[in-house]
Amino acid sequence: MRVGLFVPCYVDAFHPEVGQATLELLERFGLDVDYPFDQTCCGQPMTNTGCHEESRATEELFVKNFSEYDYIVAPSGSCVNQVRRNFTALEQTEEVTAVRAKTFELVEFLHDILKVDAFPWAEFPHKVALHNNCNALRGLSIASMSELRNERFSKPKDLLGKVRGLEFVDIARPDECCGFGGTFSVFEEGISSRMGQDKARDQARSGADYVTSSDSSCLMHQEGCARRLQLGQKYIHISQILNGSRA
Amino acid sequence: MSAATPQAPAGKSPEGAPEHLTHAAGASVTMPPRGPEEQPRGPVIRPGRPVDQSGAAKRFMAAPQHLAMHDQRLWDLRQKRDRQMHGIEEWEELRQLASDIKMHTLTHLDHYLEEFERNALANGVKVHWAKDAGEHNSIVVDIMRSRGAKRLIKSKSMLTEECGFREYAAERGVEVIETDLGERIQQLDDEAPSHVVVPSVHKLRTDVAAVFARTLGTDPDNADANYLAEQQRETTRPLILSADAGMTGCNFAVAETGSVVVCTNEGNADLSANTTGLHIVSMGIEKLIPKLENLAVFVRLLSRSALGSPITQYTSHFRGPRKGGEMHIVLVDNGRTDRLGMEQFWTSLKCIRCGACMNTCPVFRRSGGLSYGATYAGPIGLIIDPTFNRHKYSTLPFASTMNGSCTNVCPVKINIHEQIAGWRKVLSENHEIPAFKKNMMKAAGAILSSPRLYRASLPLADSALRHLPRFIIYNRMNTWTRGREMPHTPRETFHQWYKRERGKDGKKGKGSNPSAKTGGDAS
Ligand code: SF4
Repeated sequence: MRVGLFVPCYVDAFHPEVGQATLELLERFGLDVDYPFDQTCCGQPMTNTGCHEESRATEELFVKNFSEYDYIVAPSGSCVNQVRRNFTALEQTEEVTAVRAKTFELVEFLHDILKVDAFPWAEFPHKVALHNNCNALRGLSIASMSELRNERFSKPKDLLGKVRGLEFVDIARPDECCGFGGTFSVFEEGISSRMGQDKARDQARSGADYVTSSDSSCLMHQEGCARRLQLGQKYIHISQILNGSRA
Repeated sequence: MSAATPQAPAGKSPEGAPEHLTHAAGASVTMPPRGPEEQPRGPVIRPGRPVDQSGAAKRFMAAPQHLAMHDQRLWDLRQKRDRQMHGIEEWEELRQLASDIKMHTLTHLDHYLEEFERNALANGVKVHWAKDAGEHNSIVVDIMRSRGAKRLIKSKSMLTEECGFREYAAERGVEVIETDLGERIQQLDDEAPSHVVVPSVHKLRTDVAAVFARTLGTDPDNADANYLAEQQRETTRPLILSADAGMTGCNFAVAETGSVVVCTNEGNADLSANTTGLHIVSMGIEKLIPKLENLAVFVRLLSRSALGSPITQYTSHFRGPRKGGEMHIVLVDNGRTDRLGMEQFWTSLKCIRCGACMNTCPVFRRSGGLSYGATYAGPIGLIIDPTFNRHKYSTLPFASTMNGSCTNVCPVKINIHEQIAGWRKVLSENHEIPAFKKNMMKAAGAILSSPRLYRASLPLADSALRHLPRFIIYNRMNTWTRGREMPHTPRETFHQWYKRERGKDGKKGKGSNPSAKTGGDAS
């Protein structure tokens, strides 16, 4: 199985450790993981702002970089959601639709494709609050949603539940958006920061030592808010916990 | 507007004390201002300019008591809604059914409108067709004038807000009295409703006390809810009892019976319809449902979604004029037929105005409904306001994180967040987004489609360069740090790390023990 690793732009720039943990974690399962060197971004900043035409060339580049792989895996639900559901500026050739269909968010990939049942190397003796990115949650359905009357499930919790010593804590409004919202975080910074601060306060009240998520963008925003408020909780990407990081 | 005598002392400071004396002597910190926090108002609407939603939202967020109260009240409604949902096993099927019924009706609207008109006429109702707001307003005022009617009592109706009916009527000597408490508060304050179900939800009790003191002459220092409600009742009752005509909106219009159904908690639709011999119904043409039996589906969903209560206190059916009286129904298009023709957006006509999307919306809860500067605020507003005026409301589809919670709570399954994204595309293509945004996106698109330019745009491991790369920040004015800290800039990017560790072809070091690099212990 040949896997192409997609490291989203902000992970590349600000959280290289998340890319590293994802790569190493996938390799632990004996996968042949490539990092195509010419990759950049999924086009989300443009699409998110309504500028689909401006996103087209970036989407083309993505397809070109990744079409040869059996699976494309990224440690980011919002980027995968972009590829899978919003890659519409492109002509929908067979190549394009194939790339879209085989692009997976890391948690989905571990849970649904690899069906991982143990992370024997992983131990995380901390109180952890889980944050699901809205695109991962409501776009990719990585967990059941509080608004719907469906059976309860959570793929990230299933995976984290296999980590020794990890203790979940609940926050008051688990499904509430943290306000990152892509370009929203810049163009509507007032509301965005306020939402992030409210989220960070909710997490602090829950007694969490760490907040984890399968999305670095939310974490980056939340961490910035928590630091501004001088709250003590730390932020760590799910790939790092699953890869055996202790703190 | 109101017949009540304004006699409250205007603008008196709560303590009557000069500012500097409100601080305790020697106190090292500034005391919070005494007295109630002033209510933040909506945006100033400038002709020809898009609504400044985010500016108004910032003002709302700068009023901590209002913000906290508003967020919590609406979040409570959302939680109550969830509890009701869990009580109904077939909830998701109900939503699907409601959506299907609406889709069917909207795709056969001509048929059902004719059936409805036929049956309403047979019931002795006079039916009027209004192609826009102006026609609606003049039809209603003409009905009143021709019967010498001067005072109109009405229950809550978003359609009349949409038509600007109250102002129009006032200019023509028709006095309108709102009978819904929240709507009455808004009327007395000369302010638009901020929410389709709870029109004054953005007001603290102290705000209401101030409005009533100013307009009804109540005690400005008494913000007790019972006192305020009682005072309103006492002052409004006589006006209601001496009215000449009554108006209601319409939640559902049943084609097979020609009847209209209005759901209220205060019973004021019955009051408005039955106090006088003249009942006028304002309804949008999308309110139709085919059969009476379909109503059960919507009644089960409406109040549960809106307020988290199983049903509204009153579900009033109006089928024909009462003995010796008259009943009129004004069927209003006002852009609905055009909307029906919009491939991406026509399903927004399924909306039953329950307000659930507003209650769940984290942006709405923090910015207040007035900030949208439109009749319809919140998620549903974002997707229908631009159909009324694309330029004026071009900013609204950007007042969202597109998190999708609205879509999930919507009882008629409108794909609200996808339509928000759809509107962004339409606005961008039609040059209705600011040029600076468009230019940034062009630049971002050029950078992100070129591996070379992209690499060059990233921050270097130089601590002096502590700014986000251009593709994230898009402009030199760094808005990120107003409410948050910057992320730490790592020593190297992932790309650099990979190249160093694995080599460009990825062969170097591949398959080596990963735990050595992360400090994890592989066992
Ligand atoms: S869009 Fe849906 S949730 Fe929002 S008011 Fe309309 S029916 Fe209710």
